[in-house]
Amino acid sequence: MYTYTLAILLIPITLFVLIGFFGHKMKPIISGIVGTVGLGTVFILSYYTAYLYFFKVGPIEGVYKKVTAFNMVWLQLTDKLHIDIGILLDPISVMMLVVVSTVSFMVHIYSIGYMHGGEKGFQRFFAFLSLFTFSMLGLVIATNLFQMYIFWELVGLSSYLLIGFYYQKPSAVAASKKAFIVTRFADLGFLTGILMISFFTGTFDFISLTDIHGPAITMPAGATFMGLSLLSWALILIFMGGAGKSAMFPLHIWLPDAMEGPTPVSALIHAATMVVAGVYLVARMFPVYSLAAPDALNVVMYVGAFSCLFAAIIACTQTDIKRILAYSTMSQIGYMMLALGVSGYGDEHGLGFMASMFHLFTHAMFKALLFLGAGSIIHAVHSNNMEDMGGLRKYMPITFITFTIAWLAISGFPGLSGFFSKDEILVAAYNHNKLIFYIASFVAGLTAFYMSRLYFSVFFGKKTHYNHEPHESPLTMSIPLMILAGITLVAGYIPFHQFVTSDGKAFETVFHLGIAIPVTLFAFSGIGLAFVLYYKENTIAERISKSLGGFYTAAYNKFYIDEVYMFITKKIMFGMVSRPIAWFDRHIIDATMNGIASVTVYVSTSIKGLQSGQLQKYGFVFISGAITLAAIFMLLWAK
Amino acid sequence: MIEGIPMQHFLIVSTLMFFIGVYGFLVRRNLITILMSIELILNAVCINFVVFNKYLYPNQLQGYMFTIFVVAIAAAEAAVAIAIIINLYRRYNSINVENVNEMKN
Repeated sequence: MYTYTLAILLIPITLFVLIGFFGHKMKPIISGIVGTVGLGTVFILSYYTAYLYFFKVGPIEGVYKKVTAFNMVWLQLTDKLHIDIGILLDPISVMMLVVVSTVSFMVHIYSIGYMHGGEKGFQRFFAFLSLFTFSMLGLVIATNLFQMYIFWELVGLSSYLLIGFYYQKPSAVAASKKAFIVTRFADLGFLTGILMISFFTGTFDFISLTDIHGPAITMPAGATFMGLSLLSWALILIFMGGAGKSAMFPLHIWLPDAMEGPTPVSALIHAATMVVAGVYLVARMFPVYSLAAPDALNVVMYVGAFSCLFAAIIACTQTDIKRILAYSTMSQIGYMMLALGVSGYGDEHGLGFMASMFHLFTHAMFKALLFLGAGSIIHAVHSNNMEDMGGLRKYMPITFITFTIAWLAISGFPGLSGFFSKDEILVAAYNHNKLIFYIASFVAGLTAFYMSRLYFSVFFGKKTHYNHEPHESPLTMSIPLMILAGITLVAGYIPFHQFVTSDGKAFETVFHLGIAIPVTLFAFSGIGLAFVLYYKENTIAERISKSLGGFYTAAYNKFYIDEVYMFITKKIMFGMVSRPIAWFDRHIIDATMNGIASVTVYVSTSIKGLQSGQLQKYGFVFISGAITLAAIFMLLWAK
Repeated sequence: MIEGIPMQHFLIVSTLMFFIGVYGFLVRRNLITILMSIELILNAVCINFVVFNKYLYPNQLQGYMFTIFVVAIAAAEAAVAIAIIINLYRRYNSINVENVNEMKN
């Protein structure tokens, strides 16, 4: 009954081929409309699938089953081990279908207004957007690790293409290369993890891998390496791939630079969908992490917690609005990771899992809204820099109102979506690990602070003199903003605990006032602090940053992680490894070959004169040789 | 007609012919003379074949057969060689072997 879901995959790839190969023959606006209408169909199909899966079919004996809607053996490796291409529907994949198609559809509509129709590459942009949507949907509904890996790489490719969309700009080219190389490096870990896990369990299939009686979970721990079982190592390596895509510390360096791409792309890829692929991956394998390798899950938790704190601190110091949002994204994804890390498996223990998915959902909506709003602001002001903005609320009322909703949601204002999902995460953290809980609460305050800083500086604050009056964006841009704002307002009331849980069974959540109230107050104090510092123009913020001294400078320079990478790659890898190897290659291997060649040349020039063309000289040599041989044989045979 | 002549005498004659041929091949500059020297060498070999066949294996025919082949081939070779020499003469106006060194290097 789910066979039609194939269309969800086939429509975007058809659009990609259509617009990519024949787009230059269309008018730019036509290609945009074709792409948007196609995506609209995908959007409707995804919602229909969600309706069918959650309501029409519903839970069977109280459990949402994993359904394979379509399956095809693609590569038969051995009798048991084969790589399939198929469609797997379960609560998280259906939820992701909804997220991806919603955000992608909104971004398509928005892009028609944002990318100027006459601009070179308009068709190319829509072709790449379709390619990305195809890859992301394929990743989400993958039935096995290998299919996921294939689409995972495709997503990376589309991300690379879209970051480098303005390929005349050197910084965009550098950013796209950086994103590709860093994520590719992380994917090396992912691939190794896949190979290890399939070697032990003999399957790639998610259903059998995550089956609690399946080979991955019941398998004896077996050999250990550095104190961890090999399964843990495999899962840590898989998480490394996820950390690369999800910009977790220390593989986060590509995300802020990726903001060089067009803003709708940042909203779609680098805020809502692709960057949560890492979270999705861990969630996919969650039963294995939770039941068979708690060590690996601890790694997820600590990496997530550290990243969320780290990125939030940096976000407080940046001035480029897209970069602030990028660090905020990293911080929120850290939240989701730590929520998975503190979760257990089954029923109430799976609260963290549910909270993580919940936060993924709400975050995708309000972060896409924030980015699209930022795009609208950039569109009006023609600058990314917060210092060029101020007092924009009068010029752009729709952007102002929708941005306000998103700002309140991410800050955790009661009643909005971010408040509910963040609260669930904090409860889960509180039950599991107090340290993580304190970090998460602190980050909640920081988040409120840096988002309010952005908000007040852009919409209130000093009056900036604009060269030309900023104007509200066209309807194609403001309608997606309003729709996303609407979703942000209501998403918090979706009873996620009934739909998306670690084992498919619904459970009841209790609202903990004891946790919600202090954290909300903390968030309010963050907002209040930002209000004091940035609502009216003043110098308090500058004085505070001066008094912080070195710490502020370090945070402003992103804690010099880029420089550390440059040091490791340029100085250590290039200088100490590559250069000696290059030297060896040039001076030992090449020199040996050149030596042989020059000896041959030397010998041949020196004996060239022997070939005189004089027949009788040849004859003389020949006959003397024959005589010599005859003499030798006679001497030998005389005995 | 060869009764009473020992084999060694034939061999001495053929050896002399062979080395005269070799000498002529190496020292004469005239291509025709060189060709004649080669014929001498061939004939020396032919004598050897015949003599060994006659004296050592009188009941067999291989030596004679080879000789007939060599004579036939030598005739063909002489024809070809003289044709080449005539062409060389047309080109260089000389049949001195030292002028024919185009094939070096």
